[in-house]
Amino acid sequence: MDYQFPELPYAFNALEPHIDAMTMEIHYTKHHKTYFDKFVAAIKETEMNGAPLEEIFTHVSKLPTPVRNHGGGLYNHTLFWESMAPNAGGAPTGKLADAINVKYGSFEEFKAKFNDAAANRFGSGWAWLSVKADNSLCVCSSANQDNPLMDTSDCPATPILGLDVWEHAYYLKFQNRRPDYISAFWNVVNWEVVQARYESILNK
Amino acid sequence: MKKILVYLVVFAAIPFALKAQKESIHKFAPLPYAYDALEPYIDKMTMEIHYDRHHRAYYNNFAAAIKGTDLEQTPMVAIFANISTQPAAIKNNAGGYWNHEMFWNCMKPNGGGVPLGKLGDAINATFGSFDNFRKQFAEAGVKRFGSGWVWLVVGADGKLFINSTANQDNPYMNTEEKRGTPIFCLDVWEHAYYLKYQNKRADYITAFWNVANWDFVQKLYAEALVKK
Repeated sequence: MDYQFPELPYAFNALEPHIDAMTMEIHYTKHHKTYFDKFVAAIKETEMNGAPLEEIFTHVSKLPTPVRNHGGGLYNHTLFWESMAPNAGGAPTGKLADAINVKYGSFEEFKAKFNDAAANRFGSGWAWLSVKADNSLCVCSSANQDNPLMDTSDCPATPILGLDVWEHAYYLKFQNRRPDYISAFWNVVNWEVVQARYESILNK
Repeated sequence: MKKILVYLVVFAAIPFALKAQKESIHKFAPLPYAYDALEPYIDKMTMEIHYDRHHRAYYNNFAAAIKGTDLEQTPMVAIFANISTQPAAIKNNAGGYWNHEMFWNCMKPNGGGVPLGKLGDAINATFGSFDNFRKQFAEAGVKRFGSGWVWLVVGADGKLFINSTANQDNPYMNTEEKRGTPIFCLDVWEHAYYLKYQNKRADYITAFWNVANWDFVQKLYAEALVKK
């Protein structure tokens, strides 16, 4: 299989005013594209060239560091773009909403937990809502471009929602105010996609 | 009248009572130059947010985390030498506080050029030339994945080496594999350059050489050698 650099599912300015057009453009055309290019170059040097990213992540501790860093960067950003949409936000519905209420008490309490994970990640990284092997939900964060699919993860699970908290994700608009960026993010979460990811895991 | 006297005595005693609880030795130092002093290499807005928001937050969080403890009277280098015993809130904020103060001093307006004297000789002896040193230092900066720092360090054997650390760690910390006395540093967190350089970290590093304060680094090098 050839690796493809995914299309951004909306225009650079589609998430304004929550995520600004310049951030989206640099984030997608420079950061994400560089991860893609460097991943393709790094994986070619291994026996796993052509394997799906999810499978690569289950062996990532045995692969060269650039595969982990740039493969993570490729996968995480793709999931992130798809997790957002213009005119989105609100609250999840259906089975995902039920599961969130069962696990966290309410959507607001879930958001508070996710906000904490995102705000307290020191340095560069991601916050995740993921589904564990027993189908229960979990919130965690990971450093740099790691993610919960990696065999190096201390919260192994399948991510269904990710928030990039590298400074490049918000610095042009929010500078040091990461909590303001996290608040803005909730206005563009594409819950339809997150719910679909959740249900496809349940149906497996 | 007697009552008033009692009040006066009590009020007069308050400052002495407070003095008894010694002030922390750790201070938030002024920036050694104006926010726009490093233009056009480091822009004014970056300097202002970097110093007044990021650096100040590290200091405030560190001060709050050690309040009322012995660490208020412990020199930073001694804190770093035992940092593995401290919680993340102290490690991260102590590093953020100390590293940034060091970084401001490693830069100055009308800086740049080449190091002279013993440091110039040691760089040539260790790296072959100043250009080679710059190349290796810049490479360490570009290669640091995520947030971190690049350092020129004097090892226990008195020899120079280049190292990079993650997040707000530094070569004094006993959690580091390669330890020593840092004499020069560069912040490669995105907040250090994103407003002006965005994803182009390499351009930021190139610009940085124009503001390097070699006088300061030479002084630290001389002190590090004396300590050996």
